[in-house]
Amino acid sequence: MSQLTKVTNVENPLNKKTFAQRFKKNYMGWLFIVLAVVGISLFYFYPMIQALLLSFQSGMGTNLEYVGLENYMRLFNDPTFISALTNTLIYLLVQVPVMIVLALLFSVLLNDSTLKFKGFFRVAIFLPCVTSLVAYAVIFKYLFGVDGLINELLLNLHLVSEPLNWLSDPFLAKLTIIMAITWRWTGYNMIFYLSALQNVDKQMYEAARIDGASAIQQFFFITVPMLKPIILFTSIVSTIGTLQLFDEVMNITSGGPANATLSISMYIYNLSFEYTPDFGYAATVSYVIVILVVILSIIQFRVAGDRK
Amino acid sequence: MKQLKRIATYVFLSIAALVSIFPFLWMLVSMTNKSVDVTKGRLLPGTHLLENLKVLFGQVDIMNAMINSTIIAVITTFLTLLIASLAGYGFEIYRSPGKDRVFSILLISMMIPFAAIMIPLYRLFGQISGTAPFLGIDTLAAALLPTVVTAFFIFFFRQNTKMFAKELVEAGRMDGLSEIGIFFRIYVPTMKTTFAAAAIIAFMNSWNNYLWPLVVLQSPDKLTIPLLISNLGSGYTPDYGVIMTAIVFATLPTAAVFFFMQKHFVAGMMGSVKG
Repeated sequence: MSQLTKVTNVENPLNKKTFAQRFKKNYMGWLFIVLAVVGISLFYFYPMIQALLLSFQSGMGTNLEYVGLENYMRLFNDPTFISALTNTLIYLLVQVPVMIVLALLFSVLLNDSTLKFKGFFRVAIFLPCVTSLVAYAVIFKYLFGVDGLINELLLNLHLVSEPLNWLSDPFLAKLTIIMAITWRWTGYNMIFYLSALQNVDKQMYEAARIDGASAIQQFFFITVPMLKPIILFTSIVSTIGTLQLFDEVMNITSGGPANATLSISMYIYNLSFEYTPDFGYAATVSYVIVILVVILSIIQFRVAGDRK
Repeated sequence: MKQLKRIATYVFLSIAALVSIFPFLWMLVSMTNKSVDVTKGRLLPGTHLLENLKVLFGQVDIMNAMINSTIIAVITTFLTLLIASLAGYGFEIYRSPGKDRVFSILLISMMIPFAAIMIPLYRLFGQISGTAPFLGIDTLAAALLPTVVTAFFIFFFRQNTKMFAKELVEAGRMDGLSEIGIFFRIYVPTMKTTFAAAAIIAFMNSWNNYLWPLVVLQSPDKLTIPLLISNLGSGYTPDYGVIMTAIVFATLPTAAVFFFMQKHFVAGMMGSVKG
């Protein structure tokens, strides 16, 4: 391949193209992308507009009529929506920072070239990423059951005197969901940081060490600023992911106890397919996620200082 | 002091590794245990493996779900790769301001939460059901179609195409290949690793997809693996040993891909970021 590159790298004598050739090139280019444009328009943009229209309609099943902003007003007086929103924001504010800090910590520790068994640790911490969300959710449900392994372990270590109701206590159920998501995604984020760390100049650390910077100072004044773009990227991806949280909640707690773990996505699902279907109101709730994604992404870009 | 720090690092990482691996080990152990033992959190292998397998392949008919999941995942992967690579190639090789604008519009779709488009999609496929039942609600086609085209993979292929030697395109033209010919004869073979990485991720996403199949697939013979597991768990008398065996079967393909193709796997996961 490299040979070919060298040969053809020479100035192309046929560089001047006629209008017809240019037109053909341009037209061919559109042919290459047409399927993608049609697909995205049909399965993303068209439904997005439909959902917006739906959010101004109300009724059961297919009998819908326009009701203006009624659905949006309804949001404020809907206790189930308020708890779904609160829960989702709690997941977001607790889980995403904890996971990112953990992932950063792992990646910094594993970036040390003198560390032994590095490969093993990397693979082990990354391994949860290969499981399907439903599969690991079900495993966590059993691990955290009243007579599950976690309780047995805690009892044997005498950390608790009686089994904890992980899945039926509002606080503990949220905690279980947060721990589950953290288990599944920390390794995924770690991989991003690890590869970004390889591009950080080692001499910078050396210079800092000579200047007497501690490991913690090096972390905050070299590692974090150098990884800022990738931290921004992963935090946006995680934010969007957490706002859409569904599989875990559905399979670990089904939103219970008393909606204490209900996520917005799960509420939308319930409104559409579990309760008497109200597609209009469900679409309104779904637009709340859209608005949150946009607002939070803007905030994260601002906080990170717009650096690309 | 330094020694102490080192030991603390190893202890910390070992605990993290144990926590990460433990659910997998427990899943493998539970596959051999009775339902009661699984709920009790038994840590030792039992002798119930054959019985679990019998139920799983008999009453539960996991084979059918495996076939459905495989059909959906294979077709999705193929179509995703085809459409996204054509587009990524098109955007990069035939670059023009107009196309760049279209590209950034397509990227917006990455921000669209699935929950927001789920209901209109459901209604869309409901309407299709009337005229083309083979594409409508409760068909495998409906379960895979909306997941086939994603901006992520278009972006992924475009980023990777930046590393493709554009001179090869000119060389192909000189050799008299058609534009499409250049794509299939030169680009695809040269970019094998990119395709491999994308294929792994597309397959995994499809194999593990839950919410949309849950919405669109209804009859028991159309269930995919995640739906089957979810259903087993929410039944009246769930048999936990059988469920754990089903989870092992659900995890096997993706775990195998990970272990045999680690490099491509990680490259795919990281996807768009490099470059």
